[in-house]
Amino acid sequence: MKSLSADRLQDLAAALSAAGYRVVAPVEADGVVRFAPWSPGAAIRTDAVPVNSLKDVFFPPSEAIGRWRRSGDGFDAIETRPEAPKTAALAARPCDVAALAMLDAVFNWDFRDSFYDARRAATVVAALACSEADEECFCTSVGGRPDAAPGADALLRPADGGRTLIVEPLTDQGRDLAAAASGVLQDGAAAPDAPPEVRRRFDIGRVGAWLAGNFDSPLWKELSLPCLGCAACAYACPACHCFDIQDESGPNGVVRLRNWDACGLGLFTLHASGHNPRPDQASRWRQRVMHKLAYAPERFKVAACTGCGRCGRVCPRGMSLADTAERIAAAAAPAAGPAAGVPA
Amino acid sequence: MNGNIYQPVEMRIERAKDEAPEVRTLRLAFAHAPDREAFFRRYRVGMFGLYGVPGEGESTFCVASPPGRDYIECTFRRAGRVTAALLDREVGHPVTFRGPYGNHFPIESWRGKDLLFVAGGIGLPPLRSVIWNILDRRAEFGRVAVVYGARTVADLVYKDELAGWAGRSDVELVTTVDPGGETPDWKGRVGFVPTVLKEMPAAAPGAAALVCGPPIMIRLSLPVLSGLGFRPTAIYSTLENRMKCGVGKCGRCNVGGVYVCKDGPVFTLEEIQRLPQADL
Repeated sequence: MKSLSADRLQDLAAALSAAGYRVVAPVEADGVVRFAPWSPGAAIRTDAVPVNSLKDVFFPPSEAIGRWRRSGDGFDAIETRPEAPKTAALAARPCDVAALAMLDAVFNWDFRDSFYDARRAATVVAALACSEADEECFCTSVGGRPDAAPGADALLRPADGGRTLIVEPLTDQGRDLAAAASGVLQDGAAAPDAPPEVRRRFDIGRVGAWLAGNFDSPLWKELSLPCLGCAACAYACPACHCFDIQDESGPNGVVRLRNWDACGLGLFTLHASGHNPRPDQASRWRQRVMHKLAYAPERFKVAACTGCGRCGRVCPRGMSLADTAERIAAAAAPAAGPAAGVPA
Repeated sequence: MNGNIYQPVEMRIERAKDEAPEVRTLRLAFAHAPDREAFFRRYRVGMFGLYGVPGEGESTFCVASPPGRDYIECTFRRAGRVTAALLDREVGHPVTFRGPYGNHFPIESWRGKDLLFVAGGIGLPPLRSVIWNILDRRAEFGRVAVVYGARTVADLVYKDELAGWAGRSDVELVTTVDPGGETPDWKGRVGFVPTVLKEMPAAAPGAAALVCGPPIMIRLSLPVLSGLGFRPTAIYSTLENRMKCGVGKCGRCNVGGVYVCKDGPVFTLEEIQRLPQADL
């Protein structure tokens, strides 16, 4: 069994960096823990869920997908390739890793997105099993677990009461990572810590059944009333993947950017004619929930929500997908008390 | 390594024709032969593309011309930044194109069958590719009827082609303009499309109806088509959701379980009725 002392994660990062990996990990800057490139000396924080998700490594908030040079009345295309350095993503949460199934599916059904795929191929993911679950966490309600990351290349499992991290390679890429870090890993037994209890729970089957028949329910308006339409939830979400395409032009050239977008924003579906199929926040919040818990499971056999809880942590109005799901589950529940006419 | 699916190809404007106020048809030639060959290997009528000007962006329109040409045509109205930029381009200027994308009309299943086209205003372009594809292979199909209307005579698009169809014995063309939209020398009908449509003969067995136009025209035409005997599985239309990527990634055109850019833009009425109506 390979392991390292929990306070030596920086040494692991340094070893991987020396082995040619760009290391991304939860690092603190200006009082905020973010999933970001690690640099020597930076502490890797395993005690806080980063405000952004692992998604950013593969699908950055903004990136160039086309470039042109102007020439007279025309323009010459400049080949645009993804930036995809060899990368090790350290200490990603299981919920973030689970969301890669959604991203892999949407970026590769039929047309293959070379930008996403290049970074996915160049990145080894070492997940960190959770030691705690806060009041926003709900991974176990949407098929996840705090102590397993099936899509990861390796798992760092807390042990010995948090003093040790057991390194469990899960794929060849994970074994390569362990080999590259062998100088900082030790042999010997360690006692894995028990996974945390995820207390927040709802019945996803009941939610799904309600969603299938309640598109026109007045509950949508009620659920969405606090929503400001700021899209913070979508940007923090590890599975949200909607984007916009915008050109920026200067005197000599043009860059075409793919930027994160969100179905909660009013302009998202606005037609040039002025018609907007989703003209109010209720229809936009409904779309967000339906896409995550009904359309994505139907189309891609995977929910576009992995219970990370970030939407609840970032929402300025205290909304969250868990809260919506819980209220839907309650609405779907039969009325309290014995149902009349049903034999016992 | 895969290619960049967002990289458009270069086209050159071969011809520009003003159809109606602020409505223009561009004939575009592929700058590079391999791009043309790749396009026509996949193109079937009903598919769409993204037309662009670097620095301004891309806009989604149907391909309004049929297969079997060495160019493509699109017809569009000035609506926003990209259409304004496309209108500013002149013959000989380059523009960009991505496509063809989406599904297509099942025209092979219509061989030997009668076809009724119903269009309003700028809804004719998505059907024009189909009409020409059918006329190119005229003997393979049954009766072809076209009911086309616009608010005013000036708003009718493809006026030269309408005159050509009117002169053919193998096409039954009815043109109409909304009351008040006629000119003194207007020879066509005066009346709304759904009203004129009522006078068409009942659907023959296996006949299909294709309807494109303003939402109100479509909504009022559907009961008329039902009355003529067209079933929801035999009525086709196209959805025109906002799109950015065209390739099933950006999420913008998602409605219900459907991505219009991948599962559409062509749907039967029966398929459209299964979508959440409030989101259309």
